[in-house]
Amino acid sequence: MSLALLVVALWAGSALAVIETYQFSDPALEQRYQQLSSELRCPKCQNQNIADSNAPIAKDLRKLLYQQLEAGAGDEEILDYMVARYGEFVRYRPRFDGATAVLWLAPVLLLLAGIAAAAATLRGRARRAQQATPLSTDDEKRLRDLLGKTENDS
Amino acid sequence: MGSRLKLFLPLILFAIMAVFLFRGLSLDPQAMPSALIDQPLPEFTLPVLGEDRLLKRDELVGEVALLNVWATWCSSCRVEHPYLLQIAASGVPVYGINYKDDDAAAGRWLAELGNPYRANIADREGSLGLDLGVYGAPETYLVDARGVVRYRHVGVVDERVWQTILQPLYQQLNAQGSGG
Repeated sequence: MSLALLVVALWAGSALAVIETYQFSDPALEQRYQQLSSELRCPKCQNQNIADSNAPIAKDLRKLLYQQLEAGAGDEEILDYMVARYGEFVRYRPRFDGATAVLWLAPVLLLLAGIAAAAATLRGRARRAQQATPLSTDDEKRLRDLLGKTENDS
Repeated sequence: MGSRLKLFLPLILFAIMAVFLFRGLSLDPQAMPSALIDQPLPEFTLPVLGEDRLLKRDELVGEVALLNVWATWCSSCRVEHPYLLQIAASGVPVYGINYKDDDAAAGRWLAELGNPYRANIADREGSLGLDLGVYGAPETYLVDARGVVRYRHVGVVDERVWQTILQPLYQQLNAQGSGG
């Protein structure tokens, strides 16, 4: 009897710790649920998406997402709903606008800047190589002697 | 000349980075702009805590007021509570949103610690909280006389927050209201 109680208590504890699962009427909905919940950021714990977070607010948002999906809402509709309440911040892929332009464009601009810097460096190096004055005949002879010496030594 | 300048490049980069890092010291990484700033307070019709009536959004609108999201499960709310009592005592209308809480526990809390609120909205399911974009308690909203949300503070409202941010805004909004 007491053993059964203990088992029930332990089982309930572990059930609470696990992130809840939802039964979907259509597997396609479940797929969209996975997709959207991994794309929505938890407003409380800002480095997690709502799929991974244990925060109460993430749980609420998952429930809401489930309800909206089952009610037949489209992806855009759901995202608009979330953004209207929590701001563009709630999306891991924010819309392109004035405030998020720097997020979207920075990687491209940094890449271009890197390519430009690399090109300039390489060109400068090539020019210096061309401009390098050739060794005088004496120097060349000394160099060959020295190199020959080390080769003989080894 | 050009190569001389190049020698200073690491120093310049370091200086730029230092400026950003220094600025980062005084930024709150948890602070998040509210999507509701300068938007009208969302519609709601919810029960009043401890009373047998419903409160609508429009009954709340008409004067500059504070909307405080709280719950008995929220330990920072207990820290904030005495200061809210002070603010309310100074004549500022404070409304409470009892967020995802147990009515009986909330009633006991108010009886025990004092009640700074004109009225408390019992948001048992957190539906109003969701519409407001609440993501934790306590949060405090400053709503102007036309029912437009003008400011949100996430976290405890203490003397510093009230005197440096909320009170100046509150007075400014009140001055605008009586002026225009």
